Amino acid sequence: MLNRRNFLTAAVGVAVAGGLAACAKEDDSSSGSSDSGSGGGGGKKITLGFAQVGSESGWRTANTKSVKEAAKEAGYTLKFSDAQQKQENQISAIRSYIAQKVDVIAFSPVVVTGWDAVLKEAKTAKIPVILTDRSIKTSDDSLYVSFIGSDFIDEGRRAGKMLETVLQKAGHKGPVKIAQLEGTTGAAPALERAKGFKEIMDAEHKDDWKIVVSQTGDFTRAGGKQVMAAFLQSDPDINVLYAHNDDMALGAIQSIEAAGKKPGKDILIISVDGVKDGFVAMSEGKINGIVECNPLLGPQLMDLVKKAADGETVERRIKTKEGDFLQEEAKEALPTRKY
Amino acid sequence: MTTTSRWRALSRHHLFWPVAVLVVLLLVNVPFTPDFFSVKMTDGHLYGSLVSIVLFGSPLILVAVGMTLVIATGGIDLSVGAVVAITGALTCSYISDQADQDALSGVLLAMGIGLAAAVVCGLWNGFLVARMGIQPIIATLIIMVAGRGVAQLITDGQIITVNSEPYKLIGGGYWLTLPFSIFVVAAVVAVTVALTRRTALGLLVESVGGNAEASRLVGIRSRRIKIMVYVFCALCAGIAGLMISSNTSAADGNNAGLWIELDAILAVVIGGTSLLGGRFSVGGTVVGALVIQTLTTTIYTIGVPTQTNLVFKAAVVIIVCLMQSPKFRAKVFGGGRFGGRRGDRQAATPADTAPAPEAVRTMEVS
Repeated sequence: MLNRRNFLTAAVGVAVAGGLAACAKEDDSSSGSSDSGSGGGGGKKITLGFAQVGSESGWRTANTKSVKEAAKEAGYTLKFSDAQQKQENQISAIRSYIAQKVDVIAFSPVVVTGWDAVLKEAKTAKIPVILTDRSIKTSDDSLYVSFIGSDFIDEGRRAGKMLETVLQKAGHKGPVKIAQLEGTTGAAPALERAKGFKEIMDAEHKDDWKIVVSQTGDFTRAGGKQVMAAFLQSDPDINVLYAHNDDMALGAIQSIEAAGKKPGKDILIISVDGVKDGFVAMSEGKINGIVECNPLLGPQLMDLVKKAADGETVERRIKTKEGDFLQEEAKEALPTRKY
Repeated sequence: MTTTSRWRALSRHHLFWPVAVLVVLLLVNVPFTPDFFSVKMTDGHLYGSLVSIVLFGSPLILVAVGMTLVIATGGIDLSVGAVVAITGALTCSYISDQADQDALSGVLLAMGIGLAAAVVCGLWNGFLVARMGIQPIIATLIIMVAGRGVAQLITDGQIITVNSEPYKLIGGGYWLTLPFSIFVVAAVVAVTVALTRRTALGLLVESVGGNAEASRLVGIRSRRIKIMVYVFCALCAGIAGLMISSNTSAADGNNAGLWIELDAILAVVIGGTSLLGGRFSVGGTVVGALVIQTLTTTIYTIGVPTQTNLVFKAAVVIIVCLMQSPKFRAKVFGGGRFGGRRGDRQAATPADTAPAPEAVRTMEVS
């Protein structure tokens, strides 16, 4: 019984909602670009244009905060934009930085491909480009000067090595039956953390280690908890858990406890990331080791920006400073965790 | 002869197919997990696959029960997932600000605030649908999209962790050796069934769904009924939001209740409620939600590779929906004991809804 009036009202409603969304977006970008670090000190002030992916997780929030704070501290003018997970937003942000003639552009690409055109514009304008956190695929490597960020495959390898240490410390004998909680299916960190771990396993522990179950927990606590509950039913003799991030490990710990087992003792747990809650659990003895994936790359990025702005040659690939933490270090490190 | 006719009567019951599917799914697990049906005592509470299914399925049952009444009025509520996130975010952020997180009064107040926010969302949806005449799918889309942003605003984009024993009870605790959430679900379902089947309310909801204009003309306040069901649905989603955040003792504005609206709609449809409105079955919805949760658990236990999870899920759902369609059964099994029931009122319902769940699933897969 939808009459014309009702339909009109609906249409107006949608239009209003759409209008609101548009306003919100404009607000974002204007406040974003005015959000510049007030610099101090003499000399030529460097202007950095930074195009962030979005604000999809706690990790990303910490990443954004680190960049903003580091820029302020270094006394650079920061032009910041949030792409809300859309490549076209990021491309238009980069174009606007080129038009504003910033000294250096840094961005964390939403997707892997499709950057050639806009990066060529930057190259023509002689503005050096730095990739942060995620890499791109391009036919012309001269389009960016450096890539700073974590190496997920290496994180997987470090997790494998860490498991060796943890097993040794726990005095574990006999077969190692591993349950793996994967990240979101198809996401680079999930694929590569699994790949790196498997490399170590295949190379050095082909006979004694085995991944008995592996399933995605979508990087969330609820996912980790539910999947682990099912694992413990189907394979009650699991004695190691490798989780692709701390949140899934935290969820899994609750399931392990509900099954009447002791996390960190009956089932040894290794996870990746190093968020604060993960460290809290580790200091309580519930996680055995955490491979850090550090979002706080702001200070390293600012050094790089300075060099690039001065026209110095910079390293092509810079890894963020990351540590591996075992239970003993957890208590000390806990107060310093920022995210 | 009597057994045949009894079987026929049984297979015609509107809950027959959903329950049959549930039983088959449960049995599929046995070869992979030999002690699937065993339930034992651990740390003073029952523990086992069946307990896990009910525990993790509780939020979905709640959301689906609320959704059933909305769908019975011919509407749909896409905002439940966002309401789940908002409720969890508000409640957890309030509790985490307390000096003493274990104080019962603080926890109750926090839950009250969360549920009040849920009711406000429901009122907004109801207002848009019943008063402004906006199509339900559009009206509820607004909160579905914006609500998650609101939840993130409340949590500041972070995951808020709480350490509150009383709050842990509602979604992750145990009472009388059973998960406490079972009692919450049982209470909500009992109240819903009592209100809709022991009073005229259920009939009114169905008549509004059948023909809103005709019900208005016979003196039913159809607008008020519509607003009421949206508020009820949001309230159910709010309670589910408390459960989800309490289960992991954390509020995740990004992921809490993500896509739960689609699973809830699917549960309602598997339970035999027509998406066209006008008829509903709360019992069927509960079974439908259990079917979905069992399917999820099955995927984890039988070791379906992660990349094929959703395809596997979609295949099972398509089979379930086809089995529920009398037309399909008549074609496959011929005019035998399952066929020839075109005139049957109960059986006509799933046939109407058969194409819909596939569409819903496709949305999720893509």
